[in-house]
Amino acid sequence: MKFAVIVFPGSNCDADLLWALTEILGETAAYVRHDEESLAGFDGVLLPGGFSYGDYLRSGAIACCSKVMAEVKRFAKEGKPVFGICNGFQILTEAGLLPGTLLTNQSLHFICKTVALKVEHNQTPFTCDYAKGQVIQLPIAHGAGNYFCDDATLASLKANQQIIFTYAYENPNGSTAGIAGISNQGGNVLGMMPHPERAVEELLGSKDGLILFQSMLTYYRKVAVSQ
Amino acid sequence: MNSYQEPTPQMIKDQRIYAQWGLTDEEYRYIEKSILKRLPNYTETGLFAVMWSEHCSYKNSKSLLRQFPTAGPHVLQGPGEGAGIVDIGDQQAVVFKVESHNHPSAVEPYQGAATGVGGIIRDIFSMGARPIALLDSLRFGELTSERTKYLLEEIVAGIGGYGNCIGIPTVGGEIGFEPCYEGNPLVNAMCVGLIHHQDIQKGQANGVGNTIMYVGAKTGRDGIHGATFASEELAADHTQQRPAVQVGDPFMEKLLLEACLELINEHQDLLVGIQDMGAAGLVSSSAEMAAKAGVGLELFLDNVPQRETDMTPYEMMLSESQERMLLCVKKGQEQPVIELFKRYELDAVAIGVVTDNQHYRLYHQGMIVADVPVKTLTEEAPVYEKPQQEPARIQKFDRIPDFQPTITDGAAILLDLLQQPTIASKKSIYETYDAQVLTNTVVLPGSDAAVVRIRGTHKALAMTTDCNSRYLYLNPERGGQIAVAEAARNIVASGGQPLAITDCLNYGSPDKPTSFWELATSTAGIAAACRAFNTPVISGNVSLYNETNGQAIYPTPVIGMVGLIKELQHITTQDFKTAGDSIYLVGGTQADFNGSELQKMLLGRIEGRLMAFDLAVEQAVQAFVLQAIQAGLVASAHDCSEGGLAVALAESTFAQELGCQCQVEMPLSWLFAETQSRFILSVRPEHQSAFEALGDQGIQLQRIGFVTSESRLVMKTKTEQLNVDVKEAKKRWEAAISCLMK
Repeated sequence: MKFAVIVFPGSNCDADLLWALTEILGETAAYVRHDEESLAGFDGVLLPGGFSYGDYLRSGAIACCSKVMAEVKRFAKEGKPVFGICNGFQILTEAGLLPGTLLTNQSLHFICKTVALKVEHNQTPFTCDYAKGQVIQLPIAHGAGNYFCDDATLASLKANQQIIFTYAYENPNGSTAGIAGISNQGGNVLGMMPHPERAVEELLGSKDGLILFQSMLTYYRKVAVSQ
Repeated sequence: MNSYQEPTPQMIKDQRIYAQWGLTDEEYRYIEKSILKRLPNYTETGLFAVMWSEHCSYKNSKSLLRQFPTAGPHVLQGPGEGAGIVDIGDQQAVVFKVESHNHPSAVEPYQGAATGVGGIIRDIFSMGARPIALLDSLRFGELTSERTKYLLEEIVAGIGGYGNCIGIPTVGGEIGFEPCYEGNPLVNAMCVGLIHHQDIQKGQANGVGNTIMYVGAKTGRDGIHGATFASEELAADHTQQRPAVQVGDPFMEKLLLEACLELINEHQDLLVGIQDMGAAGLVSSSAEMAAKAGVGLELFLDNVPQRETDMTPYEMMLSESQERMLLCVKKGQEQPVIELFKRYELDAVAIGVVTDNQHYRLYHQGMIVADVPVKTLTEEAPVYEKPQQEPARIQKFDRIPDFQPTITDGAAILLDLLQQPTIASKKSIYETYDAQVLTNTVVLPGSDAAVVRIRGTHKALAMTTDCNSRYLYLNPERGGQIAVAEAARNIVASGGQPLAITDCLNYGSPDKPTSFWELATSTAGIAAACRAFNTPVISGNVSLYNETNGQAIYPTPVIGMVGLIKELQHITTQDFKTAGDSIYLVGGTQADFNGSELQKMLLGRIEGRLMAFDLAVEQAVQAFVLQAIQAGLVASAHDCSEGGLAVALAESTFAQELGCQCQVEMPLSWLFAETQSRFILSVRPEHQSAFEALGDQGIQLQRIGFVTSESRLVMKTKTEQLNVDVKEAKKRWEAAISCLMK
C-alpha cells in the first residue's frame, strides 16, 4: 500500500508518520508538498499533526485552502482513505470533509499525555483490526482538541455510526460526547485528535496505534481481493 | 520621513551618550584614542557597546571561564561556536547548549521565554544539527505572590508555545522556588541536537569575494540593545525596558530550520559558513563570522530585509528580531540559495561580501556609515579581573551550629515535604509541553533524566539540567561541585555515561566584589567536578546582573548534561517495578540538614555550613551504579536529592503505586537528610547475589528492604516507624503546584 503524507508549512508530525508507515508498518510512503496537484499512484492520504501555518488565524484554516486540498477532496470523493491526525483532523473539518470543529481545550492549556480511548465502531477502513469496545492507550498533544458540533450533527453522527473513538474514562479537553475521532458518512475519511503514530513501538510505551495502520492495510487488501 | 536626527560624534562624547549603552569612560576613550584614532559615530558607538557587553564579550567572566576543562578525545567542538559537539560513535555526534533569557522573561514573560527557546534552537541548527530535544531550567520566587504566579503561567506558556509549534519535544528540566528570584526569575533553555560528522558547520566567512546572505524573518526595531539590557541590573520599573524584548514566531523558525538543514545536508557545495543572528543581531553574527575567518566584511544595509520604514544603520545592526540567520555563500552561487529558501517562503538576500582588508565596513544610502577593524569588535573587548570579597554570610554560617531537627511525626513531615513546590510533581507544567513529537522520547519528563533514542542504532541519549542553588548560597565552591555531581547522578541513574556539560552561569552583578567572589569560587568548584567526571564544558552562557533593587539571586550555575546510553536495554527509570524486588541504598547517610528542603520548610530559611562532599566517593558510587545497570542487574534507580531518602523512596513508589517496606539503622530525622552521593536501587530477587557481588568497591551498600504490592510506604528506623499511604501521598504531591497556583 502506498501512502501520501501531506506536508504543509508548519506540519511537524510528518516525519513521525512516515517512520511509522515505512519502518514499522513496512509499507511505502512519500511526502507530498502542500503546493502539489496530484495524488496519482497513492492508495491512502494522511494529514499529519503540527501547526500548519503556525495555527495562525485558526487551526487548519489556512492549510485547508492549500492547492493540494482540492486533490485530497477529489481523492476522498472517490471513496479512498483519507486520515487526518490532530492538526490533520482540524484541517479536515476546516475543509468541510468532516463535520463539526475543534475548539480550544476546556483547560485553555495545551495537553500532552497518554489517554484511554474506546473504539466505538470497528466496521471501518481504519479500525477493522480492533475489537468493538476495545480500550486502547494513545498519546494526545493538542491545544485545540475540544470537538464541538450542534445537536443535529451529533444526532446524525450517532445515527450513522460516525463516532469512531471516544475518550474512555476521562474527557481531557471538553469534547462534545467525549468524541476523540469521527468519520465522514462514507466512512472513508477519518479525523482524530490522538496520535496513533506515536504508539507504534513498545520501546516508546505502546503499540496500540499500530493496529490502526494495520487496519488500513487489512481493509485495502480485502478491497483489492474483492476487486 | 524619519525626523529623528542622530547625535553627532561630538555630542556622543560631550553628553556621554555611550554611557547609557553600558560603555565606560575608559572603554570609550580606548575606542577613540587607541582603536579609531577619531571620534566614533553613532552607529560605531552602538556596535562597540553591544559587542563589548558582558553578554557578547564575557569581559567580566572570561578570566574565570578559562578554568574549565573544554577538551577531550570525544570533544569535536568546544566553546566558541554556536554550540559544543561531542562524538557518540558511528560517525554521529551530539550538539548541545544552554542559554539564559532571564531579563526579557522578567519584563515580558511569554515572549521572553518563547524567544529564549527559539534562540537556543537556532544555535543548534546553525551547527548543522537536527534539534531533537529541549529542556528548561526555571527559577521563581515563592508561589505566594500574584506576580510570581503570573510569571510562572506565562513563562511556561511561552516555552510550550514555541517548542510545541516548532515540533521539538520538551523532554525535561527543573523548576525551583526561592524568594531571591522574586524580581528576577531565571529562564534557561537547553537544546540538544544530533548530527553526522560530515555535516558539522562553522560560523566562518572564509574566502575573499564570497557572498554574505541574510535569510529568514525581516528586521524590525525589536530587541535593540537586548544584549546590553541583559548586562545590566533590571530597573525597578522595568516596564520601560519592554522595547528591548523581542517577539517570537515559531512557525517562521520551523521554516527556517527546515530550509537551513536542507541547505546544509544537501548543498554543502554552496555553503561556506552559517551563523545564528542571536544577541546583538546582525553585528554580532557578521563580525564573529569575519573575525573567526580572519577576513573583512562589507555590508550593504539597504539590502537588509526590513519590516519597518526608515530604519537607520544603528537600528538594523542592533535589532534582535528573531528567526534570522546569516550565511556565507560561494560567490556566484546565490541564486540556488535564493530558490531553496523561496520554496520555504523565506527571504534570502545578498547583503555583503568578504574582503581581505580585515575591516568591518557598513554602507547605507551610498555612504560608509561605519568602518572599524573587525577584531576590535570581537577580540579587543577589555577583560576585567574584578575584585573579590567573601560575603559576610559565609563567616556567619561557619559559626552557626548545625541544624538538627527534632522530628516526632515522620509521616506528617514526609507529606509536607512532598508538597513543597521544589519537590512537588511538576506534571501540571510538563503536561503542557509536547514531550513526544519526533517519536524518540523513551523516558518522558518526571524521571531522573529524560531519554531519547537514536534511530538506526541501539543507543540513546540521557539528558538533564540541574542546580541546587541553596547549596551554592551556603558554599559556592562545594555547591558548584555538587551541581555537576547531581547532574551526573541523574544521567547515571538513567543508565547513561556522562559525556560533557553545558553551563548557564546565573549570578548577581560582577561589579560587586561579593557576587564576583561567588562566581569565581563556584566556577572553580564546577571545573574541579568536570575534571573528576571527565565531562568537559563544551558550551555555555553567562548571565550576570541578576539583581533587582540591589538584591542578587543565589549563585545559580545551571548544569546541562548529556550522557550516552550504550544499549537501549540499559535505560532505567526511577519507579519500582515489581513487588518482591530488593531495595538497596548506595552511599552513607549523615545528619546533613544545612541547606536542605527540611531546613527551608521548618526554619523558613537556609543557613549553616554546607554538608561535606567528596568527589572521589561520588565517582566510586556512580561507577558502581552504572556498572550494575549495564550488567542488567538493576530494576530501578533514583538518586537521593531534595528531601533525602524518604522522598526518594516515595517518588519511586508513585508511578506503579506500589509500596515498600524498609528498615534503616538511623534516627528518624535522617530519613530527610540530604547527604550527597546516594542512590536507591531496586533489584529483582534472581539478580540479588550477582548485584551484591559487584558491591565490593569501597562503597557503602545496604539492602534496606523490598518492594510491596500493598501501596504503603513503611520505613522503620532505630526507634520509630513511618507509615504512609502511597496513593494519598501521590495525590498531594501531584496536586500541590496546581493548588498553589489558584
